[in-house]
Amino acid sequence: MAALWFWIVAVMLAAYVVLDGFDLGVGILFPFVARTEDERQQAIRAIGPVWDGNEVWLLAAGGTLFFAFPLLYASSFSGFYMPLMIVLWLLVLRGLAIELRSHFVDPLWRSFFDGLLFFASSLLAIFFGAALANVVRGVPIGSDNYFYLPLWTNWRTGPNPGILDWYTIIGGVMALLALSLHGALYLVLKTEGDLRLRARAAAGRLWPFVAIATVLAIPATVLARPDSLHNYHDHPVAFLSPIGVTISLVSIVIAMRKRSELGAFVSSCVYLAAMLCGAAAGLYPVLLPSTNPAMPSITIASAISGPHTLRVGLAWWTIGTMLAIMYFCIVYWLFRGKVSQHADTYGH
Amino acid sequence: MDALTLHRIHFAFTITYHYLFPQLTMGLALLIVVLKTMALRTHDERYNDSARFWARIFAVNFLLGVVTGIPMEFQFGTNWSEFSRRTGGVIGQPLAMEGVFSFFLESSFLGLFLFGEKRLSSFAHWGAAFLVFVGSWISGFFIIVTDAWMQHPVAYRLLPNGVYEVTSFWGLMMNPWAWLQYAHNMCGAVVTAAFVMSSVGAFYVLQKRDGDFGRIFLRVGVIAGVLSCIAQIFPTGDLHGKYMAKNQPIAIAGMEGLFHSEKGAPIVLMGQPDIEGQKIDNPIAVNKVLSFLIYGTTAAEVKGLDEYPKDQWPSTLPLLFYSYHIMAGLGTYFAALMALAGFLLWRGKLYTTRRVLWPILLSFPLPYIANTAGWMTAEIGRQPWLVYGLIRTSEGYSKHVGAGTSLFSLLGFLGMYTVLSILWVMLVYTIIEKGPHSTTELAAGQTLTNALGGAPWQLSGFGSSR
Repeated sequence: MAALWFWIVAVMLAAYVVLDGFDLGVGILFPFVARTEDERQQAIRAIGPVWDGNEVWLLAAGGTLFFAFPLLYASSFSGFYMPLMIVLWLLVLRGLAIELRSHFVDPLWRSFFDGLLFFASSLLAIFFGAALANVVRGVPIGSDNYFYLPLWTNWRTGPNPGILDWYTIIGGVMALLALSLHGALYLVLKTEGDLRLRARAAAGRLWPFVAIATVLAIPATVLARPDSLHNYHDHPVAFLSPIGVTISLVSIVIAMRKRSELGAFVSSCVYLAAMLCGAAAGLYPVLLPSTNPAMPSITIASAISGPHTLRVGLAWWTIGTMLAIMYFCIVYWLFRGKVSQHADTYGH
Repeated sequence: MDALTLHRIHFAFTITYHYLFPQLTMGLALLIVVLKTMALRTHDERYNDSARFWARIFAVNFLLGVVTGIPMEFQFGTNWSEFSRRTGGVIGQPLAMEGVFSFFLESSFLGLFLFGEKRLSSFAHWGAAFLVFVGSWISGFFIIVTDAWMQHPVAYRLLPNGVYEVTSFWGLMMNPWAWLQYAHNMCGAVVTAAFVMSSVGAFYVLQKRDGDFGRIFLRVGVIAGVLSCIAQIFPTGDLHGKYMAKNQPIAIAGMEGLFHSEKGAPIVLMGQPDIEGQKIDNPIAVNKVLSFLIYGTTAAEVKGLDEYPKDQWPSTLPLLFYSYHIMAGLGTYFAALMALAGFLLWRGKLYTTRRVLWPILLSFPLPYIANTAGWMTAEIGRQPWLVYGLIRTSEGYSKHVGAGTSLFSLLGFLGMYTVLSILWVMLVYTIIEKGPHSTTELAAGQTLTNALGGAPWQLSGFGSSR
């Protein structure tokens, strides 16, 4: 039961990264690939009806973490206080930028909101990547199960890390690249005209960097947290995720060569999900590793809620998530097809 | 200031600011369903235009509610980590349910409601509006369940490792406190929406523009206002107060400023609580009314603060007293104004009575104040407890997040929300200035707030768009 909740939270977070990931990717890329006002509107319209629903996955995952693993929620959210506050402010700014640019006719205002969207989306991608790297690397947990991390210390991993060190910066850059590629492939899928061509070119240029970063991430993770290999050693089934990463990464290129827009985008979704699964598989059953030799890590067993809470939770979670998936199917079906170049409507 | 105070102000400020938006959108969602229903029944296109106009105002407020709501979900952990660790097994449940059952529903069907009018049948479009209404009211319910458990914990047990867990899901959901508070709170949301709608209606009628629409908004707003203002006082406020008197008698004594137990206790309409002297200075009071309101008989004894040890008294007593009196005073004013407006509407004189239209126009900020004061009454009345009788507020905050850090992020939110307020005024002003006549056919695939033709900011600038 406890293990099930670990994977439920992991899957919800993966759903967030895959879905909101392309919103962030579009936000990062669109100042470069969308040059005219029409193209920018087209790019924004591609994410306009869905970004809010995508973001809900983050809230739902946060809430699920809260009741299933209260100790982890309490310890990590207070320990990562400052970066979380920055993430919250960036999420506010990102939402405003997407929604408000169209309310202002003046080109200066629009440029301002474009810049804001780029700024907030890029930093969010970097912060999310760094956050994941922080969890993989571990934190100096104190005797009361709490910790407080400064933004940086000496840029090294080890017993006294900061939020930012060489490893978490790699994580941030990696997320920036991977989400940019994800956003580019979404734009290729959902738009047409010059915007689509430029997004294609951007995806082609980004792919090698994502591949290099992916390959680099493996030795970096082993250096930052040698324990992360244990699960792979003990449970060879965990190798499914690096295999999935490799296959999906290659199939992005193949699909792009074959002009299969949907195939490339879906491959990118699988790539992101497989990367996250790989990280989760390396952690399990640890939730937050301790870099303090005197304190054990926070594990599923030490953080899990009471048994009745979990039983009750599973009942409503199953119903609620099935409903949510149904809503998503309705919305994505209704807004299927490409965002056209000039007209305000979907489809031709 | 110490860390505890700053963490309290941090949460109080962000939640108070956040709730300025949902109180309007929850009420407005209902009124939009009313407008859409009238459009379906009468086939009068003006009701559809009205619904589109209010959907635009709804969308802007919904956006600000969303972006200011995200920090709330995280702040339990960031600023109140010890509270979260101990109670996550209980209150994490309704909070997660809000995300799963309400936010997905709202965000999906708001998109359909805003962009889908062309591609949906008129009945399906009504359905989308209805589901947005259901989603927002479910959201309110789960938040109230969370707060009600902090006010009146039920269906829990303490596990050996010091954390709480739910013993009965239905016990948690059917907490009587939650249902009373929910009824009272949702009435309050409808009051806000009714006053805002009537105010815009009065604005158009007084300006002699968009005449049909001004009268529609006044009619719908005033009828909704009469009903919600009455229900706000009786039965919801009355029942909630009586239940509170039974379960949080200290809070009631503090709200009423009753320092000493008394048979036939008076109600203090105005006055200044004097904690040193344990009395109300300069009171204007009506004898025996408090006993009657709580127990239904003028002879009953109401327990005063002196019955309880001082370390259980609400910690900021004067603020509690004033919040409660502001809420109750404004509630009385709302009922009086709406009753008068309702009478004039019935006699067919409302649209021409400027002496009543002006107060209606100017009163729209007051429900925001009353709703805020009501929440302050509930939450300050709960002090010094974080979870009533179980966890003290001083035990719940994040010990490892220092005062300076908390002050820093508080200042950050203050700055960010100042910008939001300015944008809100600009956007809502533009929508009202352009008026319901400017409705254009909505387009699919735009962003949420710009659907229905949006309200593009005029190049010519602020205030000169007419």
